[in-house]
Amino acid sequence: MPIEGNKLAYLSRFLDHVPLAICLIDEKKRIIFANKAFESLLGWDSAKIRGVPCCAVLRQRICSDNCPLQKEKNPFEVSLDSDLMTFFRKRINVRSTFSTVTGEKGELLAYMECLEDTSKVFEKGFAWDRTYRFGRMIGKSPAIEKVFKLLPLIAETDSPVLITGETGTGKDLLAEAIHEASGRAKGPFVKVNCGAVPETLLESELFGHEKGAFTGATESKPGRFRLAHNGTLYLTEIGDLPLSLQVKLLTFLDDKIIYPLGSTKGIKVDVRIIAATHRDLERMVKEGTFRQDLLYRLNVVRLHLPPLRERGDDLKLLVDYFVHHLSVKAKKGVVGLSQETWDLLRHYPFPGNIRELRNIIEYAVTICDESQISLNHLPPYVLESERIETLPAKVYGETAPAALGENDPNWRQVEKKMIIEALLRAKGKKGRAAAMLGWGRSTLWRKMKIYGL
Amino acid sequence: MGLHSETIVIPVVGDLVAPRFDLTPEVMVFSVEEGAIKGERLFVLPQASNEELCQFLLKEGATTLICGGIEEEYFRYLEWKRIKVLDNIIGPAKSVLKAYMEGKLKPGDILGL
Repeated sequence: MPIEGNKLAYLSRFLDHVPLAICLIDEKKRIIFANKAFESLLGWDSAKIRGVPCCAVLRQRICSDNCPLQKEKNPFEVSLDSDLMTFFRKRINVRSTFSTVTGEKGELLAYMECLEDTSKVFEKGFAWDRTYRFGRMIGKSPAIEKVFKLLPLIAETDSPVLITGETGTGKDLLAEAIHEASGRAKGPFVKVNCGAVPETLLESELFGHEKGAFTGATESKPGRFRLAHNGTLYLTEIGDLPLSLQVKLLTFLDDKIIYPLGSTKGIKVDVRIIAATHRDLERMVKEGTFRQDLLYRLNVVRLHLPPLRERGDDLKLLVDYFVHHLSVKAKKGVVGLSQETWDLLRHYPFPGNIRELRNIIEYAVTICDESQISLNHLPPYVLESERIETLPAKVYGETAPAALGENDPNWRQVEKKMIIEALLRAKGKKGRAAAMLGWGRSTLWRKMKIYGL
Repeated sequence: MGLHSETIVIPVVGDLVAPRFDLTPEVMVFSVEEGAIKGERLFVLPQASNEELCQFLLKEGATTLICGGIEEEYFRYLEWKRIKVLDNIIGPAKSVLKAYMEGKLKPGDILGL
């Protein structure tokens, strides 16, 4: 597999200008070439590492047990998330994309590995930085802050996520934010509403079908799972998924293999599942309409979005945001709400949560021809005072379901990271760190002992 | 331990220096006295982790660690514990040890590949 002399010189001149860390590897898994971006990301001198086994230089977690060059003779393009250790003693998260460089006759000249520093995406765009935002979500109340704090840690893992919460609380935005903050951000984010597709079509929609699998199947269809390869599949209204498909989803969560309709051959796909529902899945399990084992599989990481009425100060923040945003969009000069309008909204229960708030403000901004929104600009139904006293029927009880069990290994990992972060932010002062975490000093001390900190 | 005694620890994968300190459960321990190797032992730790290896080094009374990639946090911790760390080393453990004994090994060296 010779790639040397003029060919290598030509390639290196070209690759040195690519702002992505790239290396070429020969058949014996030795480095042939590394570009300038590779040198700056990993810290090795490219001349020094020529001829050195790639695993000794790249030092990726996948090198020992999941190296695609070991598994496949001619790997097609494969993307894998991993971490590596740089020469500068820094462990960074990367997405590695492997492909082949072939000659004129299709002969293999070299393997090419492109490395993308995914921790940078994470730090820049999605770290929770106390600016009351995470992705497109806004909030500063303790209930939502708790969710924001957990998000970066959850995004880092590949575990399935179950998002619960009433309608209009932002489940879709949360799923998108997790995807965007994760190492899969460059991969596709595919959304399927399990309640919106007829049961008979849903299987083919999710898992795809082979040509001739059923009457009318004139062509093969890949299905949403395959479209989401190397990315995230967001299954909204998971509570509406028919029992027959719940079994298929369960099989995928176990084996990471899907079986398209009419095919006996399984296809391996690398997809992270995020599911969401406004239904009480525990109750559905008791009623026999949702499989308990599927709930356990999806319940690895559980996030509950609080309803707007439990988000305190967030209402003001969201009202201000929507008034400004929608006013600019509608090219209106609306700058705020009159005191009485604000008083009314403050006591309104918002059964449709943030979606309803947005609709109310959008209506008001459209109707309003002054600089302030008054009561007469609000939709008539909001003004019906009797509704104000009526609390909405909750799908969930007063207490949100436990997000993660204390004995869950994922929770232990997340909690340990939260403690370390709090200690770092408190500059080692345990009292302050405990206050940040909302614990007593003794709780912090006990947990630090458990985690060996 | 006398003034001229050393305990050198090298995390390994097979015969080679392990690429990463945090992912290596196998370690070779060399006892050196008066510039000569007096003992060589191979340990397999229950699991690979930074903490486990650091504890092992302290328990063994290591004076020098020769390794591949190591995180700054653990590098500093070990130096604070007075363990000399030569990191970013690539090559067969025996060649690396020989170079060290001859006073020729420095961080970032690639040997015998």
